Amino acid sequence: MGEHSDIYDGPVLEIDGLCISYFVRSGEIPAVVDFSLTLAPGESVGLVGESGCGKSTVAMAIMRYMGNNGDIVGGTVKFKGRDMADMSDEELRNLRGSEIAMIYQEPMAALNPSLTIGTQLMEVPMVHENVSTEDAYKLALQMLNDVHLPDPERVMEAYPHQISGGQQQRVVIAMALLGKPALLLLDEPTTALDVTVEAGIVELIAELSRKFNTSLLYISHNLGLMLEVCDRIGVMYSGEVVESGHIDSIFSWPKHPYTHGLFGCIPLPHADKLARPLVAIEGQLPLPHERPNGCNFGPRCNFFEKGVCDADQVHMEGVISDDDPAHYVRCLRWNDIDHDEAIPTGPEQPPVELGDYVLEVNNMQKYYEVHDTSLSALVSGGNIKHVKANEELNFKAREGETVAIVGESGCGKSTFAKVLMGLENATDGEVMFDGVDIGDLAVKDRSPQQLGSLQMVFQNPNDTLNPSLTVGSQIARVIRKFGVESDPKKIRQRVLELLDIVKLPREFEWRKPRQLSGGQKQRVGIARAFAGNPKTVIADEPISALDVSVAAAVTELLMNIQRENKTTLLFISHDLSAVRYLADRVVVMYLGQIMERGTTDEVFSPPYHPYTEALLSAVPIADPQVVKRRIVLEGNLPSAMNPPKGCPFSTRCQRHLGDICENEIPKVQFNADRHAIACHIPMQELRDVAPVISLKEPPPPVQPQPGAAAE
Amino acid sequence: MADLTSTITPAFSGGSAFMRAIKSFALLRESPIGMVGAFLVLFWVFVAIFAPLLAPHDPLAILQPFAKPGTVHAKSATTLWLGTDNLGRDILSRIIWGSRTVLIYAPLATLSAYVVGVLMGLAAGYHRGWWDTILSRIADIILSFPVLVLFIIVISTFGASGINIVIAITFASAPGIMRIVRGLVLDLRNRDYVAAAQTRGESALYVMLVEILPNARGPLIVDACVRLGYVIITIGVLGFLGLGLPPPNPDWGGMINEGRKMAMIFPHMTIMPCIAISSLVLGFNLLADGLREVSLRD
Repeated sequence: MGEHSDIYDGPVLEIDGLCISYFVRSGEIPAVVDFSLTLAPGESVGLVGESGCGKSTVAMAIMRYMGNNGDIVGGTVKFKGRDMADMSDEELRNLRGSEIAMIYQEPMAALNPSLTIGTQLMEVPMVHENVSTEDAYKLALQMLNDVHLPDPERVMEAYPHQISGGQQQRVVIAMALLGKPALLLLDEPTTALDVTVEAGIVELIAELSRKFNTSLLYISHNLGLMLEVCDRIGVMYSGEVVESGHIDSIFSWPKHPYTHGLFGCIPLPHADKLARPLVAIEGQLPLPHERPNGCNFGPRCNFFEKGVCDADQVHMEGVISDDDPAHYVRCLRWNDIDHDEAIPTGPEQPPVELGDYVLEVNNMQKYYEVHDTSLSALVSGGNIKHVKANEELNFKAREGETVAIVGESGCGKSTFAKVLMGLENATDGEVMFDGVDIGDLAVKDRSPQQLGSLQMVFQNPNDTLNPSLTVGSQIARVIRKFGVESDPKKIRQRVLELLDIVKLPREFEWRKPRQLSGGQKQRVGIARAFAGNPKTVIADEPISALDVSVAAAVTELLMNIQRENKTTLLFISHDLSAVRYLADRVVVMYLGQIMERGTTDEVFSPPYHPYTEALLSAVPIADPQVVKRRIVLEGNLPSAMNPPKGCPFSTRCQRHLGDICENEIPKVQFNADRHAIACHIPMQELRDVAPVISLKEPPPPVQPQPGAAAE
Repeated sequence: MADLTSTITPAFSGGSAFMRAIKSFALLRESPIGMVGAFLVLFWVFVAIFAPLLAPHDPLAILQPFAKPGTVHAKSATTLWLGTDNLGRDILSRIIWGSRTVLIYAPLATLSAYVVGVLMGLAAGYHRGWWDTILSRIADIILSFPVLVLFIIVISTFGASGINIVIAITFASAPGIMRIVRGLVLDLRNRDYVAAAQTRGESALYVMLVEILPNARGPLIVDACVRLGYVIITIGVLGFLGLGLPPPNPDWGGMINEGRKMAMIFPHMTIMPCIAISSLVLGFNLLADGLREVSLRD
């Protein structure tokens, strides 16, 4: 098969006018319409779009794996010049996994948990190339080296659950590359991973595709990531590519109103919530069987013209105004639009006046006891171990302030939220809320007022509402429970008001959660959190599961309600772009400890804690003007059961000093009044570090107002 | 508890719940297997309801012993379609009347087993810890006994009667239901809406009954259908062992037992009640398959 690829030197993949439909109970649903793409060897092309736009369906169609209710209803897919429709099942099976490989979002789901990694890797060359077991072992080991896994011999013997998520994804990549594919399909390969791990994987994929001259089709919802990994991208909306072209032309001169809208939804490093609020795209993605006539984006478009946009199916048109021959747009009016003005910007907002301190966390600790029931542990007496989920947390929040708690998975940010909510008790230290220590006040011991004044917005929109109850009854229950109102008529009135506040139609009172979209469910979640007139709201990754345009709307909504009610918002997130955009103060956590805290401006500019520096470098930014210093962290997050003795970050630190980092817990150094960094490196040295993010040239129209976000 | 019920069944959702039930039944039409099951079940329900009108004879009346199917009974000039048993009672009438026994006690026993099993499962899965350990061990102990021995112990202790059948079946089935519910609860208790309820200070009972239980209903409904089938077999077995309803009452299991000794000469005495039991059990199983199939489709 390898020889074949040497002879053929045309494009690896040619897709022309591909149409895919699903056939369900209610009839035929077109998932992808008129999709065309050509992929040269070694080239990487991205597909961006929100959920339900059909980008994953395209990948499955290339694999010719459509499930039992999907079918290709038009167009051709040619792989290395051969029409895949003419191939037999046998040929297709040989192609899959060897010539075309796919990497999925969930590495744990892609690996068989009951086989060792070695067995699963060796299977690939043994099936596709009929090599001997010994040769397969050698090939697999070599590939594990190529994906930079430490100690590959051990990994070969390990089962998937014994290695971390990032390592699993490296194994999946190794497995995909073992077949020496000409084409690699990556469906959200890093979405399930932490940002610092993601940065490593992205770099690895780029390195390997150069090394093996593999073509990449990269599918993601993350525009920033696309900018880093792709040569060309296609922006998909509702089953169609609406704009495609070289990465620079899409990012610098977008022509489609949807692309403009997407950029308006993304927080960029030189924007903040006061100077340039995000603007969500109005309306919702049309359901596949309810698409409008003509342009699918028409009903949500600011440049919609009746009779033009809704007349006929819109076709791709070449953009002649720039010098990118690959730039196409599916818009009839792109020539009429003033593209300098088209990126929507919201009105400027006055800064929020901050009140007194509402929340003070002093030396809070939360340890979990883990009982080791093995016989040896019982004999030696060491059968109780402590997981230090939170260690020495210190920070304060004022009324009306937005404090972001940033960190990757396992850093203890959710444990902290649980302690605040009373679902767990603090082991030591105090959490002063409104003058009372609530650190060890369990939820059942709190008064309705206390409960109501501290509420939470949850992460997963599909999980946040009880699927069996109507939206109205769920909000009403909160109002009754917190004693805000007791008269049924007044409760109902309040429910309707809350629906107005979160900008949902009043009829939604009677709806069940499954009749709502993700963004709408999250709005109901916000309404529920604000029903008890809370003083403080904890938002645990409230937008990370939402699509870009929906996330922008939910973010703005949350900010507006917070501004009006002067609520303190604790925003727990791993997304530094969002944090930079909306937070007044930032707390950076790693392995249960605070690494750095200060105002947003202080944390996002030198002096940095080395971990903050690495985090900032890892975040993909959807702006070609931004230049980043690349820092890729080595290794994995240490286990919370067995943290490093000294600085928790010492095992992965790029500015590691030596023994002192490993053996001594760093003292907290103060750069400014409330800007604290826990690091051994002298403050003077940290101050001299160059900024991670800089701009090529001053950004056009809006500059952040210096000090506007400061307290 | 007062405000608890008001949240479960708000006055306005009654109509929509009814409409949904109709709708899901309409969906069942897409599954041919489910339709066959529903037909069989509905047939027996119909027979049970209209037993007095359908049965040609009094099930206890002695006509003529050992009549083969199709014999004409001289005195009343009627055809004995399924023949008579050793005492001369009309088998068709006994099967028709016997369907009442099954269709009253099987759902009653299943319901009762579900109430006990669901409460145990909720408590074990939601509280975990000691609750879980104790309840799960009790379940393990019951499940480790041979079911028949359990029935014999329960019935011989309390005597043979309808209510004791219900008690015996509850005792034997609840642990299995508890395990299913516990598994579902262990998953559901980690949902955000459960955390939301906890953080607004709801009682454990409220969280279990309002936030968790309704969302476990899908798999439980399917399981209940399958289990109903098993309970029908169990009631048959109890009747066969003489642990069912006391003798003169028409009882499918008892009829099989009475005919057993003469099965070689008069097979109709055993075959007919066997067919009755099988068709009803098959009906419930096919219905469960259909429900599962329809609920998995999108």
